[in-house]
Amino acid sequence: MSAVAENQPAYDGKVLDLTGKSGARAFKNTLATVLIVLAFVLAMIPLLWILFTVVSKGYHLLLSADWWSQSQRGITVRRAGGGAYHAIMGTLIMALITAVIAVPIAILGAIYLVEYGRGTRIARIVSFTIDILTGVPSIVAALFVYAVWITVFGFNRVGFAVSLSLVLLMLPVVLRSTEEMLKLVPDELREASYALGVPKWKTILKVVVPTAFGGIVTGVMLGLARVMGETAPLLILVGYSKNINLNPFNGFMGALPTMINQDRTELALPNAADRVWAAALTLILLVLVLNLLARLIARFSAIKSK
Amino acid sequence: MSSPDGTAPPDRPDGTAADRVAVADQADPATQETPADEPRIEDLVHSDAGPALRFDGLAEEHAEHEAVQQPAEVMTESGPEPATTADTAAGTTARAATEGDKELDLGPVGHLGDRLFGGLARGSGGLVVLIVAFVGIFLLALAIPALADDKSNFLFSRIWEPGGDEPRFGIAALFYTTVISSIIAMIIAVPIAIGVALFVTYYAPKRLAAPVAHAVDLLAAVPSIIYGLWGILFFAPILRPVIDGLSTALGWIPLFEKPPGDNVGVVFTASVVLAIMVLPVVTAISREIFAQTPISHREGALALGATRWEMIRLAVLPYGRSGVVSASMLGLGRALGETVAVLIILSVPNGTDPWNSSIFAGGETFASKIANNAAEFDSPEKTGAYIAAGLVLFVVTFVVNSAARIIVDRSTPGAKRGRR
Repeated sequence: MSAVAENQPAYDGKVLDLTGKSGARAFKNTLATVLIVLAFVLAMIPLLWILFTVVSKGYHLLLSADWWSQSQRGITVRRAGGGAYHAIMGTLIMALITAVIAVPIAILGAIYLVEYGRGTRIARIVSFTIDILTGVPSIVAALFVYAVWITVFGFNRVGFAVSLSLVLLMLPVVLRSTEEMLKLVPDELREASYALGVPKWKTILKVVVPTAFGGIVTGVMLGLARVMGETAPLLILVGYSKNINLNPFNGFMGALPTMINQDRTELALPNAADRVWAAALTLILLVLVLNLLARLIARFSAIKSK
Repeated sequence: MSSPDGTAPPDRPDGTAADRVAVADQADPATQETPADEPRIEDLVHSDAGPALRFDGLAEEHAEHEAVQQPAEVMTESGPEPATTADTAAGTTARAATEGDKELDLGPVGHLGDRLFGGLARGSGGLVVLIVAFVGIFLLALAIPALADDKSNFLFSRIWEPGGDEPRFGIAALFYTTVISSIIAMIIAVPIAIGVALFVTYYAPKRLAAPVAHAVDLLAAVPSIIYGLWGILFFAPILRPVIDGLSTALGWIPLFEKPPGDNVGVVFTASVVLAIMVLPVVTAISREIFAQTPISHREGALALGATRWEMIRLAVLPYGRSGVVSASMLGLGRALGETVAVLIILSVPNGTDPWNSSIFAGGETFASKIANNAAEFDSPEKTGAYIAAGLVLFVVTFVVNSAARIIVDRSTPGAKRGRR
């Protein structure tokens, strides 16, 4: 407050100049504005630069039909050709399995937090562990699944193990966004339903969840976008395969991040570099499309507040 | 990050609060006229309100259950007590027991469904707790044997030679690189994030605020491997003059001493890229908290003649301080655990070189060390050493995130817990 008090301007007779800024204060204000706008510009540079780099270097391979339908089978680092079908399918399959496991647990967990456990001690513990899970680095999630799946059970490195570790990363994202959405559902809706004799579980399934449905879908898509770009679990839990392997329980599997990783040490070779950037663009497209879809759904299904 | 973020249009194409209640109101008299109409609950809840999740199995089960309990129909009309959260397990079983004896039990309708569904929901909540506990327990269980065999001091040694007859490994070097790179990243990211958050909440034109916020969020959508590639190939070269300048000016401090050579895959480069990666995390949470500054505080400051900046300094920043601190902690947690970008950018020092504490030298973090050596996980002893390193990383991020959470919980009212 001191700054305001000290710089109290003398009344100069002008009626409309209510702010009455002294030179120093006006300068500080302008400086702050400039710095804040600068911070924003600074933050936008990497985004535009990355997008420009990846698009300009990667787009031409994406234009060929082979990219979307062929694998890298038999294609050496130096040769051109082949596509990313194996990697796209691998990424999609692993993400799908992840979603199938994580989404029901996340939604039910959110329902517990909002509808059943609100304000209880157990709910606080659950909520705290979700925050912890949010902070678990992907490499730790991968190591944990490695410890269970490979060291303890003695299974092989397969796509399903990757999905298990991705579940740990997706779960808190979907759970938190679902929780926020369920909290937005007005209590009047629940009370109206109870008053009509509708049991609680049916109220949740037919009134609360449908009302929050758009927000839940948004959370699921943001969660999917997050896990699709993860590389660390892929490095540890499944080998990269250039061939098409659609079986998540047997054999190595291609995925877009590991496809990038595979050739990234050979960027001096033009064909390998093309592949790396094209795979990077494909991955960014997948993730961005999911993100934009999620935001569109969020925009058009926001719960009407009173 | 918050999906409604204040800008979404309020109209909702399908069932809304208002019209659903309206439908319920209309339906109400109808039910009283036809009390024997069995599936009316379905009608009441306006089942075509949206793409509902349908648990048909559960619904049938519920219907059967109700059919068996015809007498309980009476209380449907009088309106059952809404099942409250106080519906404890003990209470449920007690009621279940009486159900068998008394025909005219007035317990809530859909008893079985409620128990099943409530159980499922509670189970999912419990599962999350179990998973987190298991992560800690499993990592600890597999790390202990390796730690017992460790011939050097795990906490203070910089050597990393797991495996063999005399495994020697310590985390001192990994810990140092991990922490220093993340701290530098935060020093760079937090002021910019605060600036961006203020820009979005109080400087950008209203019309632009939402697109701008989404653009910043898109930074979080770029996969980390792409940050890594871009960072080392395109961004690192332009950092070259910065590195040279800093090391010339501050080279007398060991932290800024530049080793010979033109290596740009150094801790400093990794830190700057990490700063870009955590920027959206810190921005998103700061933004939400700045936007919650009570309008009376802001208008009060303006009414006293404060300029926009003074209003922010006097009203917005003090209000959002704890939120920004916790957002920074969450960002720090993200930076500590970042794997692939760091793995690609940081050059691994040659085994023969002496260890270098400078931020202009290469190095390895916990995460990059583990990911870099995934191929070495051949014997349980070696794997154990890496799992021990992973455990330390887990504990460090656990502490940082818990601290963030505690700060939020103790903070000013209205400060929201951050997601992601």
